[in-house]
Amino acid sequence: MTTYSTNEFKNGLKIMLDADPCSIIENEFVKPGKGQAFNRVKIRNLKTGRVVERTFKSGDTVPGADVVDAEMQYLYNDGEFWYFMSPETFEQLGADKTAVGDAAKWMKEQAICLVTLWNGVPLSVEPPNHVILKVTETDPGVRGDTSGGGGKPATLETGAVVRVPLFINIGDSLKVNTQTGEYIARAKE
Amino acid sequence: MGLDEDWQPQASLATLRLRASLLAQVREFFGKRHFLEVETPILAHAGAADAQLAQFALNDPVHGPLFLQTSPEYAMKRLLLAGSGSIFQITKAFRQGEVGGWHNPEFTLVEWYGLEYDHNRLIKEVCALILELVPHLTMDTQITSFREAFKDAIGVDPIADSTDALRKTAHTLIPSARALTLDDRDELLDLLMSQTVAPHFPCHHLTVVTDYPESQAALARVNTRGLADRFEVYCGALELANGFYEAATYAEYVRRFEGENKKRQERSLPFIPADERLLAALKESSLPDCAGVAMGFDRVLMLAIRASHIRETLAFAIDRA
Repeated sequence: MTTYSTNEFKNGLKIMLDADPCSIIENEFVKPGKGQAFNRVKIRNLKTGRVVERTFKSGDTVPGADVVDAEMQYLYNDGEFWYFMSPETFEQLGADKTAVGDAAKWMKEQAICLVTLWNGVPLSVEPPNHVILKVTETDPGVRGDTSGGGGKPATLETGAVVRVPLFINIGDSLKVNTQTGEYIARAKE
Repeated sequence: MGLDEDWQPQASLATLRLRASLLAQVREFFGKRHFLEVETPILAHAGAADAQLAQFALNDPVHGPLFLQTSPEYAMKRLLLAGSGSIFQITKAFRQGEVGGWHNPEFTLVEWYGLEYDHNRLIKEVCALILELVPHLTMDTQITSFREAFKDAIGVDPIADSTDALRKTAHTLIPSARALTLDDRDELLDLLMSQTVAPHFPCHHLTVVTDYPESQAALARVNTRGLADRFEVYCGALELANGFYEAATYAEYVRRFEGENKKRQERSLPFIPADERLLAALKESSLPDCAGVAMGFDRVLMLAIRASHIRETLAFAIDRA
């Protein structure tokens, strides 16, 4: 297993901390001129997403975490796992509910997602920034109202609910921002 | 910023001009005081004894192992022993692994030794120089003992309190350090000083800390109260200078160098042979009565331009060097 010394710490480095894979998001070197040096480090736990601060003695070593980001195509969900395929090796992997999390409500078959793998197992899934999804349920559209003012909820084919303008109808395809959960525009099919 | 722009200097041209003018001011300051400007080797056979310093070592086929100097202290002391009188130097120094907002592995030191000075006289001189270079600081410099600084900031006594008590304080005040064992008292004091005490120092004037615990004497004399005649100058938490009323005898240097190597051994760090030439000089006669100080020039420039990162004061910091 790779180990890293605090000298090698930099943003984005993946290390193991308290048995969880983590990513360094900030590293500050603190040293009195004649004294012991320390690294004050902000770390994101990649399993829980929580950010913690840790102080290390400079020169200490920590085990690296075998974490890689891979672009994979979402195939299907069997009720328990969401299956993804590598477009290069065609290898298929199942991600559980914890790993998929909120991404589930944006994922349509064929979508290319960013899957973070820890020791080859999916740790988290990020949907594409923008997705195009069909409306499966909403109040009837108000013809002619293109003002965008007000709005109403609409349920999409993946189960996500977004606020849409009044003129949107069932069956419309919408472009949605998955980061904010906001409607962007009606998409032409 | 892409790699294409990596050739660009990191300090603005205005800062580089100020840098040049402050260097001229430093020379003028010492000229007025009749200090001799000297240059000593940056690349030398002896490495620094300090267990806390990692140094760049290289192997020369002709001269064997050589070290980039972490400070010009040993060579300047050899000059003092040879009868130089008061001397100053503006030099590059190198410390491996020190990179951050306040650290660049290659940096500029102003180091000087005043003959027949003690630390009190030197403190006045360092502060006078810094206040000249950084005119926006107010003149109400505060001098405080190591002990008072700790008591004021965090209510512990760094000299008398037990290591257990200090550890408890560190773990309470610095939650991010809870996983550290912190068995070593000096390590604990270093952690508390840098993360909880120094951040209490005001930013608009200088704070001088004196009377260090004997275990942190480095090469300073130990006074009759059992404390080291060592001082550090801070502005806010930023450490600007470190000085000593210099230990003088051969026996004292041998003892301190051995102490550092013992610490190195405990931490599985490589043994660094003592500077034999310095010891040979000290064997002939003790160091003349003097006080010496090293001032981080880049940090003083940081203060002058209110920089938040040392790279703003350097033409090219390590990432673009």
